[in-house]
Amino acid sequence: MEKEHKDMNENNSFKRRTILKALVGIPVLGYFAVETLRKWNFDKEKKSRVIKELGLDDIKAPKLLTGTSGKKGDLLRVGFIGFGNRAHQLSNSLGFMHPDKMKSKEEDGTLAEWLEQEDLNIAITGICDVYDLHAEMGLATAHNEVRPGGNSGQNLPAKRYLSYQDLLNDKDIDAVIIATPDHHHARLTSEAVKAGKHVYCEKSIARTEEELYEVYDTVRNSDRVFQLGHQITQNVVFQQAREIIKRDILGKITLIETTTNRNTASGAWIRHLDNDGNPKPGDETSIDWLQWLGSRPYKPFTTDRFYNWTKWFDYDMGMIGQLFTHEFDAVNQLLRIGIPTSAVSSGGIYYWKDNREIPDLLHCTFEYPDKEMTLTYSASLSSSRQRGRIINGHDASMELGGSLSVTADGDSTRYKEYLDKGLIDPSVPMISINPMSGGDIDAITSATEKYYASRGLTTTYINGRSVDVTHLHIKEWIDAIRNGSQTSANIERAFEEGVACVMANKSYLENRRVEWDPVNRRIV
Amino acid sequence: MKGTKTFTTFQLTTLVLLRLMIGWQILYEGISKLLIPNWSSAVFLRGSQWVLSGFSNWIISHDGVLQVVDFMNTWGLIAIGAGLILGLFARLAAIAGAALIFVYFLNSPPLLGLEYSLPAEGNCLIFNKTLIEAVGLLILVALPTSSILGLDMFISRFKKSKTKKEE
Repeated sequence: MEKEHKDMNENNSFKRRTILKALVGIPVLGYFAVETLRKWNFDKEKKSRVIKELGLDDIKAPKLLTGTSGKKGDLLRVGFIGFGNRAHQLSNSLGFMHPDKMKSKEEDGTLAEWLEQEDLNIAITGICDVYDLHAEMGLATAHNEVRPGGNSGQNLPAKRYLSYQDLLNDKDIDAVIIATPDHHHARLTSEAVKAGKHVYCEKSIARTEEELYEVYDTVRNSDRVFQLGHQITQNVVFQQAREIIKRDILGKITLIETTTNRNTASGAWIRHLDNDGNPKPGDETSIDWLQWLGSRPYKPFTTDRFYNWTKWFDYDMGMIGQLFTHEFDAVNQLLRIGIPTSAVSSGGIYYWKDNREIPDLLHCTFEYPDKEMTLTYSASLSSSRQRGRIINGHDASMELGGSLSVTADGDSTRYKEYLDKGLIDPSVPMISINPMSGGDIDAITSATEKYYASRGLTTTYINGRSVDVTHLHIKEWIDAIRNGSQTSANIERAFEEGVACVMANKSYLENRRVEWDPVNRRIV
Repeated sequence: MKGTKTFTTFQLTTLVLLRLMIGWQILYEGISKLLIPNWSSAVFLRGSQWVLSGFSNWIISHDGVLQVVDFMNTWGLIAIGAGLILGLFARLAAIAGAALIFVYFLNSPPLLGLEYSLPAEGNCLIFNKTLIEAVGLLILVALPTSSILGLDMFISRFKKSKTKKEE
């Protein structure tokens, strides 16, 4: 009896011990829950504390833009002057796509995104291109009835014009989009405005001072709506970047660095060969070469000159006109820097030893002594290392791309206390805004944000939806035509940019420092 | 007990520690993905190189597939982590965990000549900590402890009593 009792006791305690063993994971899981909760609260508190103390707690993700465009009965008839590669992208943004491109987009699964784009209630009614093939592509694009937002039902016929004058004289065209090589931009804009058309012109606005002053005066003294083709600042993070600068998060800004790095033949404007290395189509029987040259000195036709015109100063300003224009506009929209006091450029043809005139390595420095600020542009066509666009302040620096990040300066006066306490780490961004993840401010940055910060700027994210920035820029222009609002890249901004670019180009060509005379409004 | 070995105390302690720690690490990976707003595996998959890069790109380009992958990944990690810690279906959890982590490794192996835009943890060549964790899980498959220290004890007892009754 006693023995039995003892056995039972032993059995019970054995059971208890085994059951306890089986439950070994429970306290571990409990400890895990406690620690996870602590970490979660710590991160949340740290994030909200930094954001609150910096006064950024009321910066919110941008809402989906709602415009007044697209009203029925408000159809805008648009003509294209120049229908090359860029015009295809612009027509996509307007809501038109060439059937071939539509097919390839359908195959790679990106067509649905485009079909979600807002319908701007536009008809493309005129195409002018000196090259038959391009004009035919334009007509096919204009006549394609598949449109975003369902077809608005207004399909007007599109007509080809052999000369731009004929297109401008047509009273049935309300507005023109100029996507020609740069040497036509200023004159076409002036003539279009004089003919009563609203103008969307690709950058750069002008090649020379004379052209620039003429187009500025013409547009300024008219009631036509003008927009220069810069889409970068339509990226939603620019609104937040503006707010961060306004709140003086960066401290005193004395240096703004802009850069371009590319390392491909196409990036260096060698584009006359197709993917198989054969020359692209086009000859003098299908191209009106004299109209293409316009006012420029006569040169015999070559596919090299026709496709790679950027290589010569007769037609544009090289990297200054093609790439720095975007950089200047981005900085000018953000900081309203205006016309620089002086500009110095240097560089050379160091890598692409072909028949080009434009440098493939270029540095430009613009001084703003009254604003106590320098803007630099550093560009290479033989390295693809990305160096970003950086606004350097005494207290923090901001890198601005498709996303935005602000990193505190280790020697900042303003953040000294936070830095000492370890609340702000100068080795990682203290604020980052990635529109891809909803656009809310994230004060704890992961490698992901760093990764996206360096990415391109072709689309932006509004309420988690990918939106083409060029579409937003064109929409702004169309809204302005319809309801009299202002465009962001208006003629004043275009003029400031034009002066800065012409100054930099002049400095390179004349190998000297050039200055802006604000009294006589001339470059000296 | 079928499938259960006799361990010395030291062997049992280290094996259980390995199970708990790997479980903890995997569970926290899963929970983090749940807590990060709008987390998506797209960023990781976009950086994929070597043999799985084509498959990863296919996942990214199909929104529905990506959503399923994100969901399965997050909850898979949570289930595997919790299973290892509790010792519940721990062997199954270890097998699934080893497979899943091996897939992570295959997406970004530290092989000669492969460059990644996302910074890697430490300096590795061919083998990295991800792969070591996968092998650690295989050890847990080979030397299961959850029937001694874990909820699997009840399952194996239930099974044992069932077979006894049948006998």
